Amino acid sequence: MAVREARQIIRPYGDRRDDGVIQLSFTLPVPCTERAKEAALQLCQQMGLKDVKVHGMEKAADSYTLFIVYARTEATVDYAAIKIPEVVVHKMGFDELNAFIEKSVGRRVVVFGACTGTDTHTVGIDAILNMKGFAGDYGLERYPWFEAFNLGSQVPNEDLIARAMAKNADAILVSQVVTQRDVHKDNSRAFIDAAKKAGIHGKTLLLLGGPRVDHKLACELGFDAGFGPGTKPSGVANFIVHALLQRQGKEKLGQLFEGAHA
Amino acid sequence: MPGPFIQDEQIDSARAAAHEVTQPVIDFIHRHSSVSVERTVLRMFGMDGAGQLGIPLANLMVDKLHAAKVLHKGAAYWYGRALQLGARSPLDAVERLTALPADKLAPLSPEREGNLREAVRQEARAAMGELHSRVEARSALRAELGGMPPAPHKYVIVATGNIYDDVDQARAAAQAGADVIAVIRSTAQSLLDYVPHGATTEGYGGTYATQENFRIMREALDDESKKLKRYVQLTNYSSGLAMAEIAWAAAYERLDMLLNDAMYGILFRDINMKRTFLDQYVSRRICAYAGIIINTGEDNYITTADAYEAAHTVIASQFINESFAHRAGLKDWQLGLGHSFEIDPHRPDTLLLELSQAMLVRRCFPDAPCKYMPPTKHKETDIFFSHAYDVMADLVAIWTRQGIQLLGMMTEAMHTPLLADRYVALKAANYLYKAARGIDEEFVVREDGKIAHRAREVFGRATELLEECRKDGLVAAIGRGRFGDVKRTETGGKGLDGVFERGVDYFNPMLEILEEKA
Ligand code: B12
Repeated sequence: MAVREARQIIRPYGDRRDDGVIQLSFTLPVPCTERAKEAALQLCQQMGLKDVKVHGMEKAADSYTLFIVYARTEATVDYAAIKIPEVVVHKMGFDELNAFIEKSVGRRVVVFGACTGTDTHTVGIDAILNMKGFAGDYGLERYPWFEAFNLGSQVPNEDLIARAMAKNADAILVSQVVTQRDVHKDNSRAFIDAAKKAGIHGKTLLLLGGPRVDHKLACELGFDAGFGPGTKPSGVANFIVHALLQRQGKEKLGQLFEGAHA
Repeated sequence: MPGPFIQDEQIDSARAAAHEVTQPVIDFIHRHSSVSVERTVLRMFGMDGAGQLGIPLANLMVDKLHAAKVLHKGAAYWYGRALQLGARSPLDAVERLTALPADKLAPLSPEREGNLREAVRQEARAAMGELHSRVEARSALRAELGGMPPAPHKYVIVATGNIYDDVDQARAAAQAGADVIAVIRSTAQSLLDYVPHGATTEGYGGTYATQENFRIMREALDDESKKLKRYVQLTNYSSGLAMAEIAWAAAYERLDMLLNDAMYGILFRDINMKRTFLDQYVSRRICAYAGIIINTGEDNYITTADAYEAAHTVIASQFINESFAHRAGLKDWQLGLGHSFEIDPHRPDTLLLELSQAMLVRRCFPDAPCKYMPPTKHKETDIFFSHAYDVMADLVAIWTRQGIQLLGMMTEAMHTPLLADRYVALKAANYLYKAARGIDEEFVVREDGKIAHRAREVFGRATELLEECRKDGLVAAIGRGRFGDVKRTETGGKGLDGVFERGVDYFNPMLEILEEKA
C-alpha cells in the first residue's frame, strides 16, 4: 500500500511566514478619483482578498487609473499534492554524451528543426541548433554525433515533416514564439495532425519549444516533450538521446531521464 | 557633440564608400520597375478601392497588364488608355482594360500617344498637388500647436489588433506624454502582395496597414493634439511587398513617420533584393515629397546577431541606408537611422558599451534624428528588473540626444504592451529627460577610456565592412550574411516575379514629379 505523503500547506510569503501577502496592479477605465479608489478596493474584496490596501492610485490618462494594491489572501495549496510532468535529464557533458551516442546508438542522431507556421522568430531554434548555441552552451550542430538541420522560420508544418522524413530523422524540433490568440497552440495542433497523417506520430520524437511552452502544454498538444525559456541545447541533446534509446527499448524510463508522459 | 573619437575625414570616407556601394543598385533601379510601384501609381490616380473578393483594383489592373506582358510601358500609360476608352471611374477603367484581349493593346498613333501622356501627366500633377496640400495642412497644424518638443521624441507602440482600441490606447499614451504613436501591423502583412482594404478589428499582433486605419488614427490624433495643445505624431510600417503603396497611403493620410528600411525586407522577410531595392526607392521618394521621417531597422540586426559582436554592422548599414535615402531625395532631418540598446546585460561594462555605440551613431550622423530602440532580446519576465533596464536606455537616449526614442516596455518578453505598461514607461522617460537633460554638456568623454576605445574599434570594423561592400558589391556582402547573420541571394526570396525592365517608352508621371521635385 502506497504511503500517503504528508501534506505541505503553503501560502504566499510577504514579510512573515504564512502572512499571505500578495501584490497586484491593474488599470480601471475611469478617471482618478476617490470613487475610483473605492472601486479598486471593492474589486479586490470581491476577489476574496483581505486587508486590501490600495496603496497606489495614479492617473495613467484622462480616463484610466493605475492601481498598486497589496492585500492578503487566505487561499492555500497543498504543495505535496501537486504533480506536474517535467523533463528531468541527468545531463552528461559534451564529450561524454558524444561518446555515449557512439556506443549506445551507434550512428549519428538526426534532428530537424524549424519555427513553423507564420512565426518568423528564429533566435530560439537557432539557440538550440546552431553551432554557437546559447548562453555558452554549444548547439546541436556542434555535436559530432548529431546531424542537425535547421530550416529557419515560417516553414509550413508539412514541409518540415517531409524534409525530416526524407532523412529518417530521429527527432523533429518545433519552435513557437508568437502566442497571441493562441496561434502557437493552433499551429502546434496542426503540426501534430500532419505528423499523424504522415504516420510519424509516436515514432519520431516530437519536441516543442518556445517562451510560452512547458512540458505539460507540449504533452497536452500531443508532443513528446516541451521546453520553455532558458532551455539549453545540452539539455535538449541529452533528452533526445535518452528518449530515443527508450523508444528503441534500450533504456528504461527513469534511468537517466524522467519525462515524456510522467 | 559626443566625442571626436575619430577624425571627420574618416567619417567622410565611410560616407563616400557607402555612396559607391549604392551606385550600382541605383543604376538598376532606374532601369526597372515592380508591380507594387505600378500599383502605387494607380493609387495616386485614386484607384484605392477593392473589387470582388476584396482584391484591390490596383492589383486587378496591374496583374492583368503584367500577365499580358505590357506592363513595361508603365501602368499610368494603360490608365490613360482606359480613359481614352471612356472610363468614368477607376472600377470602370479596370473593367474596360481587363475586358480587352491582349492583341487589342497595340500602340496608338504617335499623336494620340502624345496627347494621352499629356492628359495623364496633368492628372498626375493634380493628384500630387492634392497630396501636397494635405501635407501642408499637417505642417500648419503642427506649427499652430507650437512645433515639435525637444528631442528625444518619446515613441510608443499600440498593438491591440483592433484599430478602435488602438485609438483609445493612443490617446491615453498621448495624454501620458507620448510624442509619437506607432500602430503595429498585423502579423505577416509584409508578405501580402497588396494593401488590405478597410478598418481592422480582428488583427493578429496588430492591425493591417490600410489607408482607412491610417485615416482613423490620424483623425483621432489630430483631435487629441488639439486638446493637448501639442502635436502628436503617427507612424506605421512601409515595408514588405507593398512598401511603396503603403508609403503613398500614409502620405495621403498625413502620417508623420514610417518605418522604412532599404534592406529589412530582404534580410528579415526574405523578400527578393531587386524587388526591395525598387520598392524602397519609390517609397522613399514619396516620403521625401511628403515630409515623412523614415525610421530604419538596424536594431533588428542585433536582435538576431549578437549585439556586441555585430555592433559595426549597424554603423555600416546606417551609412548605406543614408546613401539610399539621399539618393531618393530625403534630407538629413528625415533620417531616423535605427540602432538599439541590445548588448547582453550579463556582460560587464554594458552601460559604457551602449553609451559608446549611441555616441558613435550621433558622431557619424549629427543632423539625423536617430531612432533609438530599447532592450528587447534580453528582456526576461521579471518586470521589475526590466523596468530598471529600460530606464538605463532612457538615460543613454537623453545623454546622447537621440532624435526618437522607442520606450522599452517592462512586459516586452510576454505580450504586446498593456495600457499601464506604456504609462509606466512614459513616466520614467519623462523623469529621466527632465532629470538628465544637459548631462552631455557636463561630462566630456575621455579619449583614452573604454567608451572612446570601443567607438574606434566599432567604427574601424564598420569601415572594413563598407570597404568589402564597395569592392565586392552589396549583393555579395548580403550573400555572405554580413548583415544580421542572414544570407540572401539575388534571385532568391519572394516577389521577384513582380520585377520587370522598363520599356524605352516607360511612362511614370508620378516618378517624374517626385524626381524633379528633389
Ligand atoms: C527578436 C524578436 C523579434 C525579431 C526576430 C528576429 C529573429 N530572427 O528571430 C523580429 C524583429 C523580426 C520580431 C518580429 C516580430 N515579433 Co518579436 N520579438 C523578439 C524578442 C525581442 C526576442 C525574442 C528572442 O529572440 N528571444 C531570445 C530567444 C533565445 O529566446 P526564445 O525564443 O524564448 O528561445 C528559447 C526557449 O524558448 C527555447 N526554445 C525556443 N524554441 C524552441 C524550440 C525547441 C524545439 C526547443 C527544444 C527549445 C526552444 O530555447 C531558446 C533558448 O533558451 C521578443 C521579446 C522577448 N524578449 O522575448 C519579441 C516577441 C516575441 N515578438 C513579438 C511579436 C508580436 C512580433 C511580431 C508579430 C510583431 C509584428 N506585429 O510584426 C513580429 C513577428 C512577425 C511574425 N510573422 O512572426 C511578441 C510576441 C507576443 C506574443 N506573446 O505573442 C514579443 C514577445 C514582443 C512583445 N512583447 O510584443 N521579433
